[in-house]
Amino acid sequence: MALWRNLALVAGLVVLVLAPFTQATYGTYVLCSWLIFAIAAMGLNLTLGYAGQISLAQASFMGIGAYTTALMTMAGIHWIFSVFAGMGLCFVVGLVLGYPALRVQHHFLAFITLAFATLAFLVMRNEDWLTGGVYGLVGIPRPDFGPISTMSQRSYYYFTLVVFLFAFAGFRWIVRSPWGRAFKALRENPIRANSLGVDTRLITLLAFAIGAAYGGLSGSLMAPLVQYIDPMSFTLIISLKILLMVVVGGSGYLFGPLLGAGLVIMLPEFLRFAESYYLMIYAGLVVILMVYCPTGLIGLIDKTAAAFKAKRVARGDLGQGAQL
Amino acid sequence: MSEFMQVLISGLATGSIYALAAIGFTLLWQASQTINFAQGEFVMLQAFFVLIGMHVLGLALLPAIALALVVSVVLLGMVFKRVIIQPMLPHGVLPIVMATIGLAILMREMVKEFYSAEAQPFPSMFSESTFNVLGATVSYQDVGNLIVSAIAIVALQLFLGRTRTGRCMQATAQNPAVAEILGVNIQRMVLYTFMINAALATIASVLISPIYLAKFSIGEPIGLVAFLAAIVGGFNQVRGALAGGLLIGVIDNMSAAYLSSEYRIAGPMILLIVIILLRPQGLLGTSEGRTV
Repeated sequence: MALWRNLALVAGLVVLVLAPFTQATYGTYVLCSWLIFAIAAMGLNLTLGYAGQISLAQASFMGIGAYTTALMTMAGIHWIFSVFAGMGLCFVVGLVLGYPALRVQHHFLAFITLAFATLAFLVMRNEDWLTGGVYGLVGIPRPDFGPISTMSQRSYYYFTLVVFLFAFAGFRWIVRSPWGRAFKALRENPIRANSLGVDTRLITLLAFAIGAAYGGLSGSLMAPLVQYIDPMSFTLIISLKILLMVVVGGSGYLFGPLLGAGLVIMLPEFLRFAESYYLMIYAGLVVILMVYCPTGLIGLIDKTAAAFKAKRVARGDLGQGAQL
Repeated sequence: MSEFMQVLISGLATGSIYALAAIGFTLLWQASQTINFAQGEFVMLQAFFVLIGMHVLGLALLPAIALALVVSVVLLGMVFKRVIIQPMLPHGVLPIVMATIGLAILMREMVKEFYSAEAQPFPSMFSESTFNVLGATVSYQDVGNLIVSAIAIVALQLFLGRTRTGRCMQATAQNPAVAEILGVNIQRMVLYTFMINAALATIASVLISPIYLAKFSIGEPIGLVAFLAAIVGGFNQVRGALAGGLLIGVIDNMSAAYLSSEYRIAGPMILLIVIILLRPQGLLGTSEGRTV
């Protein structure tokens, strides 16, 4: 089983490395934005899927990261410093945004983060002296590392891929560490987690802060890719799109957001033939998927696989105990 | 002072319409823990049902409104509950949130594609003329809107408090398990709640569309304001949603008139954050308590 899994991982990596050779500039751009949104969705997956804290502000963190990177690199500072600054800023803002989560849950938290997303958008749009207002910032340079330049779309893709792999490895390490298990404990039953010695305050705040830092990282990659940012790229709709990636892919699964981001980014390209109807088809598909398979695509795969597997039948009287 | 009165009265008038949408929202939450992210689009869509009744079927305004009411109760009440919400109920809040967001986009795009992307003028039931009270200029439209929403809300309160069905609905909202043991058909009561929500959305739509015009994108701000009103007032109280709607309407108008229009929506948002942090149950709500 482990062998097959490793083989599948290697095969996936090979596909990711070879993918741009089958694509022209635009296709490579789409692949880049897939990886970038996958990073943002990964962060939200930690907050939502693992720790169970809903957040509708992931795009705002992308915005914070993107504006930080844009302002710093345009001032001549190297990208590598700006990305740490952006992630650090997001981490702190995420920590602050996590405080309401200590008091309120579920839909209240959704609306607090929604209010935060709206306020962040207003600041980006109205503070012309810093963010360029509705016109945004133009001419963000792409980073270069010594002799390696990322000016061509293909080299930028490989640059994104390397950052993505680091982010993914970090994420995998986090969720498999005792911390990751604490996040899951928080999602399953906060009071029980607390009684077992998990510091639920700290873990809740960290879930927000780390998720936000991933959002900041993806924003830092987005700004040099498009070389132009404006407030419209970080509205509530984009936050909902990232949320969609997590839920459609399967929240709480390691590979869920990857799959979800791929679907959400690629599907519009495949539905191009439908022209103006594509958004309708897309929204319809989301509704149907949620109605028939609320656990998302990975859940669907798991369900199908489980149907073919022999399984152990649990003793009926243990059913109650498992819920405690 | 007269300007203040003017802003206050028009704020109350729009606030009362927001309250209608917010009340439907809290009813759905109480009855079935459904957060309907398409609430604003429900309001938006009704205006187009009326417009189709008038321009395609050639009806007068009132019969067109009646037709829209019936269509919306069936489509956005019964079908919405049976086909979309019911299968997702056992899986918690998140899939419902995503599905209703998808539904909102679907409705918006369908109106844009099949009716028009332009803002449509919408006939008002009241005259546009104005009169003076204490130096403030007040339009009949504002007063009419206030009266109609007040009648709708009072009727709803009487129905919920004084009739057998209304009491059964309240019982379902408070404790479905016990209500079922006592012989209440809870699925039917939840269905009624969805139908009432659709009817309230129709009334809100008919009142607000003459002011903001009927446009596919109007649902998003209306939905947002309805959420705000519901949260601010208290998620589990009809009274709370009413108070929240009026408060948000007034604050929105005041901050547009006296603060910068760029940060207009920021006023209600900051109010929202403060209220959630200080009184999570809302101004008039009661605490729901946490269970293990």
